[in-house]
Amino acid sequence: MSRRNLVFQLIALFLLLASPARADDSFITLASTTSTEQSGLFGFIIPLFKQASGIDVHVVAVGTGQALAVGTRGDADALLVHDRAGEDKFIAEGHGIDRRDVMFNDFVLIGPKADPAGVKGVKDAKEALRQIAAAKAAFASRGDDSGTHRMELRLWKAAGVDLAGNPAWRKETGSGMGPTLNVAASLDAYVLADRATWANFKNRQNLEIVSEGDPVLFNPYGSILVNPGLHPQVKAQAARRWHEWLTSEAGRAAIGAYKINGEQVFFLEPALAD
Amino acid sequence: MEDIGQAFVIALELIAAGDPELLATVLLSLGVSLCAAAAAFLLGAPAGAFLVTQRFRVQPVLVVFLNALLGLPSVVVGLVVYLLLSRSGPLGALGLLFTPRAMVLAQTILTLPIVAALTYRATENYWAMYRDTFLIFGAGRLRAIATLLAAARGALVTVFLAAFGRAIAEVGAIMIVGGNIRGFTRTMTTTIALETSRGDLALALGLGLILVSLTLLISGAAFLLNQRMSDER
Repeated sequence: MSRRNLVFQLIALFLLLASPARADDSFITLASTTSTEQSGLFGFIIPLFKQASGIDVHVVAVGTGQALAVGTRGDADALLVHDRAGEDKFIAEGHGIDRRDVMFNDFVLIGPKADPAGVKGVKDAKEALRQIAAAKAAFASRGDDSGTHRMELRLWKAAGVDLAGNPAWRKETGSGMGPTLNVAASLDAYVLADRATWANFKNRQNLEIVSEGDPVLFNPYGSILVNPGLHPQVKAQAARRWHEWLTSEAGRAAIGAYKINGEQVFFLEPALAD
Repeated sequence: MEDIGQAFVIALELIAAGDPELLATVLLSLGVSLCAAAAAFLLGAPAGAFLVTQRFRVQPVLVVFLNALLGLPSVVVGLVVYLLLSRSGPLGALGLLFTPRAMVLAQTILTLPIVAALTYRATENYWAMYRDTFLIFGAGRLRAIATLLAAARGALVTVFLAAFGRAIAEVGAIMIVGGNIRGFTRTMTTTIALETSRGDLALALGLGLILVSLTLLISGAAFLLNQRMSDER
């Protein structure tokens, strides 16, 4: 008898879970990057937005390339990503509307304390990469078509380093920022990382920042609405409230107030250059 | 080594602190995997027994096919379910993507072949024993399947546990269809993946220890249940 009851309860539970979801405006889905999610920024600002609007934000954190792909399929309502070229293409193809600058952070070059390529103190990021390539020092690359990976590829190109033939010293991990930092930590490799993820990263071992502050390393984040004209199921109204809030005084104040261990990692203006 | 020792300390601290977010994550993991295993069981066990009762010629092919599906890669299942549930996909209108229900669906598909293939194995011998009796008494197909399942019920507990074990340990499919959304679709395994990527290896392993302890408890409970069932017999 009790066994039969258990079976019925399990069936009931499953039916509950399997019944179609109601169209629900109490939350939106935001496709964003692993770096933003792992920095802890969303954990700080989303509760503030929820308090102001009653709308919750479900963050799906993937690489920028994948976030744009999720947006292209209409599977998110809004995007917060960092790859200007990719964003412009996304808008031009009609998938997104109303791109706005939200905030900046910057990339830093991380390397082993022993610094085999001697790049410590080299502020010019291209020059630092050129030296790493010349020394054939180990370098860990995201290799995942993320905003960070795209930035790294642009830097190699600008530095005039030819990556044809996939040289052995440069190792593509094909994974997110954190896993790539884990690989770099265990290989004593150089790696390009965004400051927010680095500030939050615990398994540093021998790694430290070896070069930072080159203006080319600035990393603008854009908020984009997925085009409801193309994807009718997008929660256009709720997404727009998030979009407006993020660029409003309240949103900017929330972003500006977020710090990791007392260090500010997201800036409202590209003021780092000074 | 330091990290491994620390992981035990962290696991105990987490349990002692009774953090509500951790509790919710644990409950979601258990809920999703139990629902998926139950659904796979309700569909797969009769299907496995049904295959046993069939003597048509394609049957060996089906069994080979089923056994091959045991090795179904979870990311592939995740990807297929993602494409089905995507707003641009055929089932997009249901709005299930990035919800726990999508995770249940993916894990049900993932564990269904396990249940069907293992049930086939468990009932095969009973069919050999009872087939003639069934024929003599003219038992219908449904009746035969029910009898086979009842006869093999001890083994079916193990079948259920195998399905549940695959589901609760799995991360590839639910990461894709659930999206690892904090407080909504974040399970134990996706949390472990996340903490690993944040470089907090001790915390990740600590969470892993909690997960393993939980599956151990469930497996122990099933063992006791199974023993009581066979005592009653």
